[in-house]
Amino acid sequence: MQTGLEDQLALYQKRIPIFTRSVKGRFRRFKTSVLVLAYVIFFGLPWLPWSRLDAPAQAVLFDVLGRRFLIFGLTVYPQDVVWLALLLFIAAILLFFVTGLVGRAFCGYFCFQTLWTDFYIWIERKIQGERPARVRLFRQPWDREKVIKVGGTHALWLLASFWTGLTFAAYFTYAPQLVMDFFTGQAAAAAYITIGILTLSTYAAAGLMREQICTYVCPYGRFQSVMYEAETLAVHYDVKRGEAAHGRATARAGQRTLAERQEKGLGDCVDCGLCVQVCPVGIDIRDGLQYKCISCGLCIDACNTIMDSFAFPRGLIRYDSEKNLAAATPAAPKLHWTRLKIIGYGVALVLMSAYLVYSISTRGSFDRAVSQIRQPLYVVLSNGDIRNRYQIRITNKAGQDQTYQITARGIPADALDLGHFREITVKPGHSGLVQAGVRLPPALAAKTQHFELIIVPQGKPAEARSEAVRFDTPSPHP
Amino acid sequence: MSEQKLQSQTVQTTGHAWDGDLQEYNNPLPVWWVYTFYATAIFAIVYWIIYPSWPMGKGWIGGMSDITYVNSAGETKTHSWNTRALLLQDLNKAAAAQKPYFDKVAAMSYEQIAKDPEMNGFILSSGKALFADNCAACHQSGGQGVVGFFPNLTDDDWLYGGSFDKIHETVTGGRRGYMPTFSEVLSGEQIDQLANYVAGLSGIGHDAAKAAAGNVLFHSDTAACYYCHGVDAKGRKDIGAPNLTDGIWLWAGVAAAPTGEGKVAAIRTVIGNGLSKGVMPAWAGRLSPEQIKVLTVYVHELGGGQ
Repeated sequence: MQTGLEDQLALYQKRIPIFTRSVKGRFRRFKTSVLVLAYVIFFGLPWLPWSRLDAPAQAVLFDVLGRRFLIFGLTVYPQDVVWLALLLFIAAILLFFVTGLVGRAFCGYFCFQTLWTDFYIWIERKIQGERPARVRLFRQPWDREKVIKVGGTHALWLLASFWTGLTFAAYFTYAPQLVMDFFTGQAAAAAYITIGILTLSTYAAAGLMREQICTYVCPYGRFQSVMYEAETLAVHYDVKRGEAAHGRATARAGQRTLAERQEKGLGDCVDCGLCVQVCPVGIDIRDGLQYKCISCGLCIDACNTIMDSFAFPRGLIRYDSEKNLAAATPAAPKLHWTRLKIIGYGVALVLMSAYLVYSISTRGSFDRAVSQIRQPLYVVLSNGDIRNRYQIRITNKAGQDQTYQITARGIPADALDLGHFREITVKPGHSGLVQAGVRLPPALAAKTQHFELIIVPQGKPAEARSEAVRFDTPSPHP
Repeated sequence: MSEQKLQSQTVQTTGHAWDGDLQEYNNPLPVWWVYTFYATAIFAIVYWIIYPSWPMGKGWIGGMSDITYVNSAGETKTHSWNTRALLLQDLNKAAAAQKPYFDKVAAMSYEQIAKDPEMNGFILSSGKALFADNCAACHQSGGQGVVGFFPNLTDDDWLYGGSFDKIHETVTGGRRGYMPTFSEVLSGEQIDQLANYVAGLSGIGHDAAKAAAGNVLFHSDTAACYYCHGVDAKGRKDIGAPNLTDGIWLWAGVAAAPTGEGKVAAIRTVIGNGLSKGVMPAWAGRLSPEQIKVLTVYVHELGGGQ
């Protein structure tokens, strides 16, 4: 093979494999609990039953064909799109708020990329062993052991990816039916395509690409940097304490205790490298805060373990703010929330969340849309009366059949002609159409520009809603 | 140039030398490009197998993805993939989905259909589409018609009657409205008298003396207006003769004329010239009985049904 320019100037940096060492500690426990909780919810929710009259008995079902989302007792229709807007706004503000306070906490503990990568690394460790064993396996030639262990890891990853894809699809259709149809080849093409794409993308993202997603693909990780302030708590290495006058040094004889080290001007860092070995993005936190750090806290756990074993005080790597670390005598790290940005985000968060809760709890049991028929805008009848017509669409959002009565305000009672539908009964989740005509004598018509149509659900007068509509007349000729 | 030097050091040549020192760089295509090219070639072969591709004598290779549908006669048809069969498949699928509703329409009476909320919804949507396809060209999309040409279907004045049965009869068999030309039978003065009389019937400003003469003429055998429009001038629905006493004018441009004289002149034009353009085509052969029934209810529910 010849060597051309193509080979010399690679477009992409070659990935340096990362073999993370497992660690025990506060942050590891927290990460594991979040992972277990998230997985129980994500994988379990589609299987939670919920009895319904007119839909499959599934607690959370995004019924795309029926154009409604069934979430426990709540049915969300396309008209409720403002809730989605609120939800997205709340999610964005929550991200800004939390990032301003404690840095990339979302990345480190809650992001699905982090969760799935964490789970896949766990599978890898269970099969291939702890870090040294994995490094050895990586370096050894493709013998029987390597093929079985690496192949088994990838097979399990694919299985987990497949179940992830299948679970995602199960939110959109009745889960037991989907699983049965899927394996008997009867599921919809969309299901196979979705599950196929998700299986491959999950496998690629959590198994193969891992931290490269965070470093090169994810926009959130990058733009969270601009939300950091000097007061923001982040994972920091205490350089002053760790390096002291003459830098870090291993704990050889003669520099093993704090007193000996202080005498020689050595820092508290024993340069064991454990913080680097546990890092899922493969950085050295001692180089300072950097864009690759997803703030997962594992290096804190690792360092604390070492500090404990030497009986040094904990917290050489800790959550702290740049401001505090730069101070002459650093105080104990604490949350600085009394900042304009944080309070602003907090207020927006509370307001929008309150509005969302208010909007959901006070939503009516039906939707109405009244549109004036515009072709023609008005009709002159044989005795000179003017008639306008309106189309009234009532959507029943309640869980049972409901009868609605339609009346008018601002015009004589006998002017409103509802044909056969003075009352209309609508099935849950369906819409009913009523054509209404309003007939006014010319003199009254000339004075009437607006009136109100009132829709009253039978037996629930408190939920009555009115709608102001126009009444059009021919422009008077001289 | 240092860049050239770098290239000459690192890029191989084809190995030939012309005129002593003329050499050619060997810069192969990028690997990704070559593989993409191979992939497109493989894609083309797969495409040939799945979809219709090569001509073969009078026919062609049909490909593997057949299209099957059940047509309106209940026959199952299978074609090799083509866009026309795809359209037929869609059309038949839609027709099959509508069939239960049309069956219901055929089985129910007009009153039952109009009172059933679900059927009412079906009439409003399917009737709207049928009306837009077949009727709106003349009667306009909302059924408001055009003065001087096509009747307004939304008001309460019906030339041939506004009951379900009458509307059905009109749609099925069509109509032919006719009024003879009077300019050769009557003098201009007589036509003017008649016009003033007719204007007076619906309260339009007119000349009372002329109207009195017109009244006599209307009921005489000279003009014989009462034959068709009736002694009381309220029209005869069996022959489609309009009611002259109401405020609705289809043929004469009365509403558009700003003055009383203009309105009388518009009536005069109609009496003098007569009419032969009141033609409604018959739809019996063109639409199915169920479609006509849907249209009947739809037109009835446009607001003017009686």
